[in-house]
Formats: sequence, C-alpha cells, structure tokens
Amino acid sequence: MIIKDVLCPFCGCLCDDLAVKVENNKVVDIMHACKIGESKIRGHDRIKAPMMRDNKNSEFREVSYDEAINESARILANSRRPLLYGWASGLCEMMKKGVLLTEEVGGIIDNTASVCHGPSALGVHEKGLPTGTLGQFANRADVVVFWGCNPVHAHPRHMGRYSVFNKGFFTNKGRRSRKVVVFDVRKTDTANLADEYVQVNPGEDYMVLSALRAIVAGRVDVVPDTVGGISREKLVEVAETLKGAKFGIVYFGMGLTQSRGKYKNIDNAVSLVTELNAHGKHSIIPMRGHYNVTGFGNVCAWETGFVNAVDMSRGYPYYNPGETCSNDLLMREEIDAAFIIAGDAGAHFPAQSIARMGKVPVINIDPFHSATTEMANIVIPTKVSGVELEGTAYRMDGVSLRMRKLVDVDFPSDEEVLDKIIAKVREIKGASS
Amino acid sequence: MDLKATFISGRTVDQGCNLENKTSKAYFDAAGYCEMNSADAGKLCVEPGNNVKVTTDFGSVVVPLKICEGNPDGLIFIPMGPWANAVVDPNTCGCGMPGFKGIPAVVTPTGETAPTMQQLMARLK
Amino acid sequence: MSEMLIKNATVYDPINGVNGDLMDIAVKDGKIVDSVGNSAQTIDAGGRLVYPGGVDAHTHIAGSKVNVGRIMRPEDSRTGIKPRTAITRPYTGYTVPNVYAMGYRYAEMGYTTAFEAAIPIMKARHTHEELEEIPIIDKGGLTLFGSNWMVMDAIREDDQDRLAAYVAWGLLASRGWGVKVVNPGGGEAWGFGKNVSGLDDPVPNFEVTPRQIIRNLAEVNEKMNLPHSIHLHCNNLGVPGNYETTLASFDICKDIKSRRDRQSLHVTHVMFNSLGGNHWGDFVSKTDVIADYLNKNDFLTIDMGQMIFGSATTMTADGPVQYRNSTTFKARWGNGDVELEDVSGVTPLYYSPQVYFYGVMWAMGLELALLTKDPWKVLLTTDHPNGGPYENYPEAMTLLMSKKKREEAIAKITEKAYDRWHITGIERELDWYDIAIKTRAAHAKVLGLVEQGKGHLGTGADADIAIYDIKPDETDATIEYDKVKAGFRRSAYTIKGGEVVARDGTITATPKGRTFWVRTTVDNDGYGRMMDDLKFKFRNYYSVNMGNYMVQNEYVEHPVVLETEYQ
Repeated sequence: MIIKDVLCPFCGCLCDDLAVKVENNKVVDIMHACKIGESKIRGHDRIKAPMMRDNKNSEFREVSYDEAINESARILANSRRPLLYGWASGLCEMMKKGVLLTEEVGGIIDNTASVCHGPSALGVHEKGLPTGTLGQFANRADVVVFWGCNPVHAHPRHMGRYSVFNKGFFTNKGRRSRKVVVFDVRKTDTANLADEYVQVNPGEDYMVLSALRAIVAGRVDVVPDTVGGISREKLVEVAETLKGAKFGIVYFGMGLTQSRGKYKNIDNAVSLVTELNAHGKHSIIPMRGHYNVTGFGNVCAWETGFVNAVDMSRGYPYYNPGETCSNDLLMREEIDAAFIIAGDAGAHFPAQSIARMGKVPVINIDPFHSATTEMANIVIPTKVSGVELEGTAYRMDGVSLRMRKLVDVDFPSDEEVLDKIIAKVREIKGASS
Repeated sequence: MDLKATFISGRTVDQGCNLENKTSKAYFDAAGYCEMNSADAGKLCVEPGNNVKVTTDFGSVVVPLKICEGNPDGLIFIPMGPWANAVVDPNTCGCGMPGFKGIPAVVTPTGETAPTMQQLMARLK
Repeated sequence: MSEMLIKNATVYDPINGVNGDLMDIAVKDGKIVDSVGNSAQTIDAGGRLVYPGGVDAHTHIAGSKVNVGRIMRPEDSRTGIKPRTAITRPYTGYTVPNVYAMGYRYAEMGYTTAFEAAIPIMKARHTHEELEEIPIIDKGGLTLFGSNWMVMDAIREDDQDRLAAYVAWGLLASRGWGVKVVNPGGGEAWGFGKNVSGLDDPVPNFEVTPRQIIRNLAEVNEKMNLPHSIHLHCNNLGVPGNYETTLASFDICKDIKSRRDRQSLHVTHVMFNSLGGNHWGDFVSKTDVIADYLNKNDFLTIDMGQMIFGSATTMTADGPVQYRNSTTFKARWGNGDVELEDVSGVTPLYYSPQVYFYGVMWAMGLELALLTKDPWKVLLTTDHPNGGPYENYPEAMTLLMSKKKREEAIAKITEKAYDRWHITGIERELDWYDIAIKTRAAHAKVLGLVEQGKGHLGTGADADIAIYDIKPDETDATIEYDKVKAGFRRSAYTIKGGEVVARDGTITATPKGRTFWVRTTVDNDGYGRMMDDLKFKFRNYYSVNMGNYMVQNEYVEHPVVLETEYQ
C-alpha cells in the first residue's frame, strides 16, 4: 500500500507531499522526503517499555505503564515548582493536555522555542511581524534573503519547495526569477548557492541591520566605512537590491536569535522589513525547527494568552520570559521536578542548566532514548506522532495541517499518557485537599 | 600552541538524521566534532580526526577536528548537541535564550579522548 | 435532558412579536416547548427582563489573526485575568481573550451564539481548532472569497457556474456558513504592496474589478440559496470620503433578489466606511447619507462596528489598511498574507476621546443605529476587537438607550469633533424591544439562523435564554443606564440549550457548543471546470497538497450542517 500526501514529522517545512509504501504494517519505502525526513520516518531503536530508577546513576528497571504514570503523577502533584518542557515534536492535541496538566500542578510550561525562536517572539512583542504563507513567497518573491540560517542542513527541502529553485505564478523561471542573498558568519552550504554572500562578524548582525535601515531611510551619511565587517559600499549595494524588490522575503534563523543582541536582532530585522514596505512588498519569517514548534506557540497562545514560558503557579497564566523560561528557572535552582516530553532538554540546554536537572526528579516521555533519558528517573515511551499517530501540526508559517498515521503500534500516545497523569494528579490532589 | 577563536553551534543534516538516535556512534560522528578552516588547523598543527580541546569560560570538551573552509579565520563550529553544550553560556541575559553562539574560546591540541553522549551526561548528575 | 420552566418572565422576542409580555417559558430537551410537567426545574424570573440568547453576527474570536494578536500583545493577556476554578479554566485578555474567556464572557452577558467574521480557507483548520476550544456558545464562520484567484479567474472568464462550484467547495473546505468579501480585489493587490482604489479599479494581473467581484458573488450567493447574504467589508475602509464608495457598493446589489427572508447584502462595520471629507483635516461623518440610503432601501442590512474608547486590537483581511494604521500611528504591525486567497493585518490601537477623529468615529456608529429608522437594518456590533472588545456591548446598548448617557460621554470628547458629527442633534432613545432586535433577533435573521432556532423563543427554538436582573417596567433606561449596563453585563441566568451556564455573571457549566456550516450541491458541468482549475492551481501554485487542504471532520466535533442546492 502506498500512502500519499504524507506529512513529514521532522522540521518546520512540514512537507506534505511524501509518499510512503507500507507493507505488513512496516514502512518499506519513503518517496520525496529529504535525508532527515526519511531517517525520521524510517525510525530508530525504540525504548521498549516504561522504566524507572531511584538513583539517576543506577540502572533502569522496566515497569508497567500504570506504575510509571502513577509515580510521575505523584512527583508532579507533590512538587512545588515543576517544569513541563518540550512539546515541539508532539501534536497539538497533546499540547492542549500539557497546558491543562500544567494548570493542575501549578507548574511552568515551556517549549523548545525557549532555546530556538523564543527571542523571535520577543521581537514580535516589540514590533509585530509582517509575514505570510510559504506559497505567497514562492509565487511572488524576487529577492530572497537567508539571514543566520542554513536551510541546506536544517530545512533540506525548503529551497526546492518554497524559496529558491521552485517555480511560482510570478516566479515562473524558478531559480532565475530570484536573487538570493545570504547573511551569515561563515560560508555555509546555503551561502554557496546564493547570488550574494555577505559575511557578518560574529555578534554584529544588529549593527549590520541598523546600517541597512539607515541606508534604506536615505541616511547613508551616518554609516561608517565598514559595519560588522562589511564595507559601506557593499551595504549600499545590498540595500538597493532590497529596495528594488517587487517582493522581498527574509528567512531568518538561530544566527539572529542566539547571537549577541538576541531578541533585539529580531526587533531590528522586523523593523528593517517593515520599513522596506515603503518601497515594495516585504515579509519576514522565522525558520522554525521542530515540525510542530509553531503549533505549540499557537496552542499555548489560544489556551493561555501567551506564546510559551507560562507559569501557572498562581492559578492563572503568568508570562515573563527571562524569568519563566526553562534555562532561567534551572539556573536559579527553582525547579524541583522536570517533566520533559517531545523535546530533548538534555541534548540542547547548556551543561550547567542540565546539571540542575540532575538534582531533581526527571520524567521523560519520549519514543527514543535521548540525552534527557540519561538524566531521567522515569521514562515512558509513546507513539511517534505523524508516523504512528494522526493529529494536528503547524507549519513554520502557521498553516495548520493534519499529520497522517502510517503504521499501527501498541505504544500509547502522548495524549493518552497525559490524560492518565492528569486523572491521577487530580486524584492525589483531591485526596490531600 | 593554542588558538583563540569565536565559537558557534548550529544544525547539520547528519545531526538532524540522528536526533532520535542519540546513543549511537552515528550521533557521535554527527555532533561530536569541531570545525575550523585549514589555516587555523595549521596554526594548531593538528590534522582532521585529531582531538582538540575547546575551552570557554563555561567549560571544556574534547572532540575530533574537522576542516571546513567556509569558516573564516578564528571561527569554530560544533554542531548543536551535548558536546557544544559543554562550552556554551547558560546566561540568558534575561530573555530566556542562553548564549549558543559567539562565545570566546580557546582550542588546544590534546591527547585526551572524546567523551560519548552518555559520558558527557554522566558528568552532570 | 430535564425540563425547565421560567416563570414570570418579561419577555422581548421580536421575531415572534412578543414585546414585554409577562409570561412563562417552557423548556424540554434543550428546546422551547409549549408546556412542561410539574416536575420541571423552575426559575422564577420575578418580572425580570428575558431575551433570547444573544447572537453576534460579526466578531473576530478565532483563528490565525486572533492568535497573532495574542502573541503580539502579551500586555493585553495580562489584563482581564481570572484564576481557574473547579469549573472554569483561567481567563486572560481584554481585546484578545484566550479561548476560555472568549466563551465565558459571552455567556456571562447572556450571549449564546457568535460568528467568526473572517476565515481564510487555507487557515480554516486553525480557526476551527480555536472555535472548538471556545466553551459554551454555538458558533460558525464566514469564509473569505474577495481576493481569491479561483474566484477572480472564474469571474474574468465569465463562468458563474464554476464560481458557484468553487464557493461551494470553499465553504466545504473551510466548514463555513457564508461568503465574506473584504476589500474585494485589494487583497491580491496587497500581494505586491498595492491596493485597489475603488470599485472600477482593476485588480493587477487579474483584470477584474471589485464591482465585478461583489456583483458575481452576490448573484452566486442567491443561486446557491445560502442562509446568509454576502457579507461585505467595503473598499477604501478608513479613507476620508469613502462613504461614496460605500454607497456605490450598496448600489451594486440593489436589484439582486434574495431567495430567503433576509437581505441580499450585508455590509459590515459601516462606521469605518461612512467617512466624508477629502483628508483627515476636513473629515466629517456622513452617516446621515448612509442612513438615508438604508431608510429608502430594504435589500440591505449593516452592522455598526461601534468604537469603544480605550485599547483595541484591529485585525482584518484588509491588509493595506493595517499597513497604513501601523505606519501612521507607529504601532506594531502583524501582516499575514495567504497564498492565492487573501491577506490580513493586525495592529494594536488606542482610541482616545482626546483625538477628534476617534471622537467622531465613536459617534458615527451610534448615528448609524439611531438615524436608521428600522432597527432590524442595523446590528449592534463593535466589530470585536476592531472597534473594541465585545464585552462592551452593554456600554453600546445603553448609549443607544439614553440621550443623557450620550451627552455625558460627549462631554469627555474633544470639542474638535463637535462640528463634524450628527450625534448631538439626535433625540432618539431605543427601548427594550429595539435592543432585543439589535443584539439577537436581527443578527439571527441576517445570518439566516432563525430557522436553526436562534434569536427567538418560539416553540421549537433552541432554549438559549438570557434573564437579566432588570425589571423593565420599573427601570427607566434613559436615566438609570448604569444599572442597565450592569444588568446586561452580568446576566442573572444564561441558559444555553436548556442548561443554566451562568448565574449572576458567574459560569456554572461549560458544555461544548455546536458549529454551523453549509454544504451546497452544485450539480452542473461548472463543477468539473472548477475542479480542473483547482487541481491546476494546487499542482502549480499552492504550497499544500490538495489532499491535505480541506478541514477534516475531526475539527468540527458538533456540526450542524445546512444543505442547499445551486440553481
């Protein structure tokens, strides 16, 4: 059987044109996927059963789902400041349950955007976001900027499907319809495919953005000879390219959110793009990583009013990134339990943050043995969403799509596990109140 | 002999392919290395595959060297993951995001062996 | 389900001509019935005011742009907070409440039905995800067609059967109830940062005019026998002098015969489209001219889009307006283009009575409602949250009921507004019956929901009932407007589908609401031509595969589907 229109549960491109051949409930062939998507769908060694251990340095022992779930509920119900982190590799359906569980235990819910595009959300709070769907850019954009992102590696089909090589209505010559400009601190494989590579000194993106804004505003006179390692002449040339666009699109990544300036870089990039709209049409969009990290932001926003890092300890949502984001909480040693699901804090937080996790009970819900598993006291394996479970995910541009199920497995879904933990937490809290 | 450098981390295809395969040798190969250009490697007198030690104010890690000519002089890259995490800056400057890029680092040749993911995590508990 | 009897109710049920009669209302299995047994649960209304549950025909409560508002405005979500209780989830937000506050606040005011006024087809799944999470109220939505390539291509090629087939497909794909047209053609022009300037300004690259788009969609709407008329947001919104465009837009549909007992054109938030003058310097209210048109014509209804002073989050599929707003007021700008279909923009604004054009616009909504004689023709809305949040409907109701309240409000508005409006000369004060029309009965009629049991209390209607702590025969709303406003703000009882969901402004139960949508059969060869064109566009221009595009049944858990046929 060949299943068509399959969605890829890896990156924020959420490609929905895969075809997967399934025989005897096994994936035997994957068509149209990139190398990463294929690897993801083909799968890896699974955690076979729930496991627990009292001491993080001892061996795990296999336990029943009930035992692991009940113990997880006990830890969460009895903790004063639990962190519930991850979520981005799950479906929207389980995220809603995650918000509810966080309310029930008075914890803090935070997602992987915290170490990814969290600063982009802060930039949006400051300046908004002129954006659109990927097809709008595919059909119209004649100037394409990649700033601090490397889609060849992180979003392998992006340039073929949405941004560079594909043909669209007003871009019917494909690659030749577009001028591609890459800003980065090193000449990446994406930069090698660009018409123009602009090398920025590490940590000096903010200045380069400011210089471009000045030039676009007609104030080249205030721009120094070189900014961020780029000559004024070059900056003027790039600014003219941007101003001359009928439709310009800026795709940006961790090169802006994680480097010096962080959210201020996004503020400045959004400002540049907003100001360019005096000349042509211009948009900007973050290159989201996990296939449903955008879904978490949406679910969290409609459930709580806030996009992530929501503290429910007061009985209502409280949001103050920098105070309520995972790494701040961990570094301040506030957390007394960690519930890590559909995201790998262990592999993607600074070592000093993870070391704090080493001191508190850690519950890890994941199909696979991750770095967080190494830190965990309880491990509960679940279905792989988008391969073994259908449900909702949001593409990086906020287009909501329904992931398909390809094969059946006996593992419970994240949502089922969360439902059971919520029920047990209520039982424990009900009994003690 | 050591090299003063600016450290960044980031994504790669192979790191992505092994995100759900983290206990494997393939993940180590995909995420446990340090990239610099050949000129910088020459200054250190190290060959690709030799181990180097990357040290920042926040920690140090031993990984094998790879050459990437796209890196400008003095820029080193370790794919995002446990090896990079050993040297990144946990300070979020009040915005939630730690410092994963642009960290001053020193690279030295070393005879030490590179840790596995499990060994790195074991240091933290 | 159990039975319920509401005794001693002073009932205003305009659809059934009931005007303040003291009567009992019987409820069984969620519906209004003629009588119930002795064991029925009894609520003694004690002569208090009873209305059918409120219906909101135009509000922005769910979907991408509402969430953009939330994400952009954490400062908004930090207001309106209520902690969770054993029954309710936490409330957040004022202009962009979270999904829970969205449903609870409507129910607390005695509203039981609300229709989302703009669903982009491609993002309809998101809209329905939020609608499903909004507790208590019934809902539906209007689907955007005004700048859609499929629509414009069919119109340019003069193929109305194909157009109808696409509208039917789009309503199915988005699970929509009606045809929304926003700044027709302007959305496509905004794809390259341009706009259309008027009804006869051709859309770039598509060579159809806004006039053709409106006319064809209005004709097709009737041929499809849709429950609602087309729902138009006119071109040139917010541009001084735009009242002429508005009048000319009305005229386009003047000779279109409605196939149902309703208007053949609904024009929304007309306050924003009744501006006179040539620029903001000489800008004046032209609501008198608009109202005069409404008084002379019966094919048309409008809603007010009343402005409420204070914070607003403007959100609209009129992308160019939001760019202009954000640049004029140096405000944050969220723009959201949707490939092949539409655009949108979100911008926070603050309406100050010290700013004369806001003062005049505040008056204009009221003028439209008060100068138009027939109360059925002008719905009370704030175009939530564009004019202001819907939680201020009681404020707007009492402004319409009391000249004294209006005078009090006017005294706080800058005098620079005074010679630009008509409000000071208006004596009219609406009564309880008028308000029942403007907040429920007319909304249900305009949307085509009367047959679905909404907006009235006749036998067989949904038992959606609001009991307010107001005794109409003892209350002079022209003077005691504070008391009336407080009464409307917190119902004594809100009953939804026969269940008490709110008591004295506090939520007591949170059932799931239903979602209304329309399925139209287009049984001619226009359907085949449409599918050919649609498949071509998906293959070549959409970034989503056709097989993944349409909203699946999973996203509408409690649907009410109206079937119609294209003729």
